[in-house]
Amino acid sequence: MNIIDKIPLATQPKINKAHLVERLGKVLPNSSLLHKREELKPFECDGMTAYRKVPLVTALPETEEQVIDILKICSAEGVPVVFRGAGTGLSGGAIPCETGVLLGLSKLNKILEIDQNARFARVQPGVRNIAISEATSKHGLYYAPDPSSQIACSIGGNVAENSGGVHCLKYGLTVHNILKVRFITIDGEVLELGSDGLDSAGYDLMALITGSEGLLGVITEITVKLVPSPQIAKIALVAFDSVQNAGDAVNNIISAGIVPAGLEMMDKKATAAVEEFVKAGYPLDAEAILLCESDGTVEEVENEMLSIKEIVKKAGATEIRVAQNDAERTKFWMGRKSAFPAVGRVLPDYLCMDGTIPRKKLAFVLQKISDFSNEFNLQCANVFHAGDGNLHPLIMFDASDDDQLHRAEKFGAAILELCVEVGGSITGEHGVGIEKINQMCVQFGTEELKMFHAIKKAFDHNGLLNPGKAIPTLQRCAEFGAMHVHRGQEKFPDIPRF
Amino acid sequence: MDLNLKKIKDTISNAQKNKQALRIVGGDTKNFFGNKAELPLLSTSKFEGIVDYEPSELVITAKAGTKIVQVEELLRQNNQILAFEPPIFGFDSTLGGCIASGFSGPRRAYAGSARDFVLGIKMLNNVGEELQFGGQVMKNVAGYDVSRLMTGSFGTLGLILEVSLKVLPRPEHELTLTYELDEKDAINKINVWAGKALPLSGSCFIGSTLSVRLSGNTSAVNAAKQIMGGEINEDTTFWHKLRNQELEFFNKNSDLWRISLKSTTVPLELGPTLIEWNGALRWLYPNCTSDIIFEKAKKAGGHAMIFRSKIGNLTGQQQVAGDLLKLHEKLKHAMDPDNLFNPFRIHRSY
Ligand SMILES: Cc1cc2nc3c(=O)[nH]c(=O)nc-3n(C[C@H](O)[C@H](O)[C@H](O)COP(=O)(O)OP(=O)(O)OC[C@H]3O[C@@H](n4cnc5c(N)ncnc54)[C@H](O)[C@@H]3O)c2cc1C
Repeated sequence: MNIIDKIPLATQPKINKAHLVERLGKVLPNSSLLHKREELKPFECDGMTAYRKVPLVTALPETEEQVIDILKICSAEGVPVVFRGAGTGLSGGAIPCETGVLLGLSKLNKILEIDQNARFARVQPGVRNIAISEATSKHGLYYAPDPSSQIACSIGGNVAENSGGVHCLKYGLTVHNILKVRFITIDGEVLELGSDGLDSAGYDLMALITGSEGLLGVITEITVKLVPSPQIAKIALVAFDSVQNAGDAVNNIISAGIVPAGLEMMDKKATAAVEEFVKAGYPLDAEAILLCESDGTVEEVENEMLSIKEIVKKAGATEIRVAQNDAERTKFWMGRKSAFPAVGRVLPDYLCMDGTIPRKKLAFVLQKISDFSNEFNLQCANVFHAGDGNLHPLIMFDASDDDQLHRAEKFGAAILELCVEVGGSITGEHGVGIEKINQMCVQFGTEELKMFHAIKKAFDHNGLLNPGKAIPTLQRCAEFGAMHVHRGQEKFPDIPRF
Repeated sequence: MDLNLKKIKDTISNAQKNKQALRIVGGDTKNFFGNKAELPLLSTSKFEGIVDYEPSELVITAKAGTKIVQVEELLRQNNQILAFEPPIFGFDSTLGGCIASGFSGPRRAYAGSARDFVLGIKMLNNVGEELQFGGQVMKNVAGYDVSRLMTGSFGTLGLILEVSLKVLPRPEHELTLTYELDEKDAINKINVWAGKALPLSGSCFIGSTLSVRLSGNTSAVNAAKQIMGGEINEDTTFWHKLRNQELEFFNKNSDLWRISLKSTTVPLELGPTLIEWNGALRWLYPNCTSDIIFEKAKKAGGHAMIFRSKIGNLTGQQQVAGDLLKLHEKLKHAMDPDNLFNPFRIHRSY
């Protein structure tokens, strides 16, 4: 039995499929309404491939009006709805509901406006992240957040997850880089959140819906901020013979008042997998490597690189290689950005953890992860947004072996709970989805969860949007809490146990 | 338990029992803003102190009543700053008030706003229970982003007890350049520059002078100066005065309007104007009716409000209507069901 079996993804009574298809057929062209088993199969999972569910129907609307119509029908019929962008999410957020509609945004894929002077682009949610920068580069502008999945993932999915990337230490996450969002509730109400200025009237609902994982409504249009392409960017590949030294180098760089454009770390296992896959030229004997990028004006970068080299040398770097040209720079990044698929080639499945920790705890946490790896007898490679304390341990296993899957889940849970214990969070950028639903009970107490449910209710009174994901019910936590103790007390003492 | 905290909690639970609304105050330096209801006060000013600060983690955590000047002084000693440059309208201004108002200063268009730097909060709900959202780490997407929702909500959703903020290194060098030109050209010029890789950190147009601040490492700032030309302004207090609205411009004896809109919007021509944030923020002493201001702001993709009134008009009222207003009311009800906290301070219906 795995996580998904324990989650009531379908909380609704049985839905009459034929009736639903007939109603949706009145507002959608045939090509946008899939309901045969073989058509539905491709939508059964997202980037967390170990878990699958086939939706009742898949709707692929071509216009915002169709989105509104679909939601109104689902609301009236009491049908659950799960939104899907490109399906690259790593926490199971887009896994369908078997008794509901999967609403895919992939056909809403147009760039509607680029305003070079005011430096923004207005786009539909299905536009791929990288397509925005491609379309705006001729103006010397780009969209800064760059998840490693950027060639595939959608900007709507990025907003729904508050995605980050390797440059977000300096440039921020999705939430820092959007100006305005068109947002539709389950009742079909269209809301404009944010503005063309830098703030808007009322509560900061744009921040609230960013990272809300499709639980509050659907994003149908996004105005993203564009930033000027730096005059120049330089990257150094630095090798260390211990993780501790690499961690110290990271802290010393930040303490020196430098905020590099990117500061990434990979351990030996990750480096080996990547080298095998893309031949990025990484040293194979290093215990840890750092990728440190500086961008800005020519003078700025020159100075910053000098300081960085000095600091890493002092921290015990065994090799410093500065990319000599753009091609080499791209190659260095290519290695890092291919880390997940590279690891995916070693064994058929991986669970990608996403905990965040205070940076100073890095060496301690990595040691613990290595202990867990022995305990659960599974391999684990570590890639790490080191600058902002976001770890991605990749637990490798074969999901066709139930025991391995079970051990992988337990290994993952142990890592996340460790992150909370050292003062961090269970997820920095991949979201909770179904994957980390139990660990939400470790990070939050009853009162916080009640507040989350109250907020959800204000948007989605009947709980039709992405049911069972992201925010656990109090009952679920009570059940889970029987095994766990939080902040020294038993959690959810007043909820009956099952 | 901290006695001051206990007092705050007791006040809330008593108020809840008696269904008595409260007005939350920190240093009460923003009492010019919003609806000043005659309500019993709930003061956070004694609940103060730095909880945690590790410069290498770029995070500071402090209690709501901590004075902003104290926070900034500690950061200064460690060569760091609050990059959103919160306006300080009085020595007593507190961290809680700063985040509850969400106001940001001149660096906002370049470094980010108050909410961009909020990493986590502790808050009290309508029965005085402590809740904690976000944390002290740079990235955290577990649960809804209640910390940022609380930022700028003017205490209408709960009481902010403690805040964790991301801080940034103090720029090595700063320089102010000035240019004489008209409003239209100033808006064009600054927007063109904002689209180039230049180390901008502030812009201000008043009368016929555009001031631009550069921040960064010394060589980068000097190189940018070569490209941008202009005169150097030696008055290092200029940005400080702008931030805290101490410039001569802010002394007029009428309503001061704040208009937030698309940065490239052409001059509004509605009265004396001060422009910040590459054109995205306009301070106005209007010579027209409010209808015209609201309409122009809306057309420019933004919103407007009276920020200060020396003639007794209601300030700080947010233009929220329709389905969006309904959602605001539902959210207020979800988080503060008894309408205890700062009711109607920034909107007549929540
Ligand atoms: C190889 C690889 C590398 C990755 N690297 C990174 C990385 O560096 N940083 C990072 O942050 N993430 C990364 N991810 C995770 C993933 O790419 C991001 O979470 C991404 O934002 C998901 O976008 P998507 O379009 O695929 O969304 P989906 O997976 O389709 O959906 C994700 C969630 O958003 C909801 N959703 C989607 N679209 C909408 C919408 N329009 N309105 C409302 N809700 C919506 C869904 O219901 C679901 O809950 C990586 C994934 C892979 C496979």
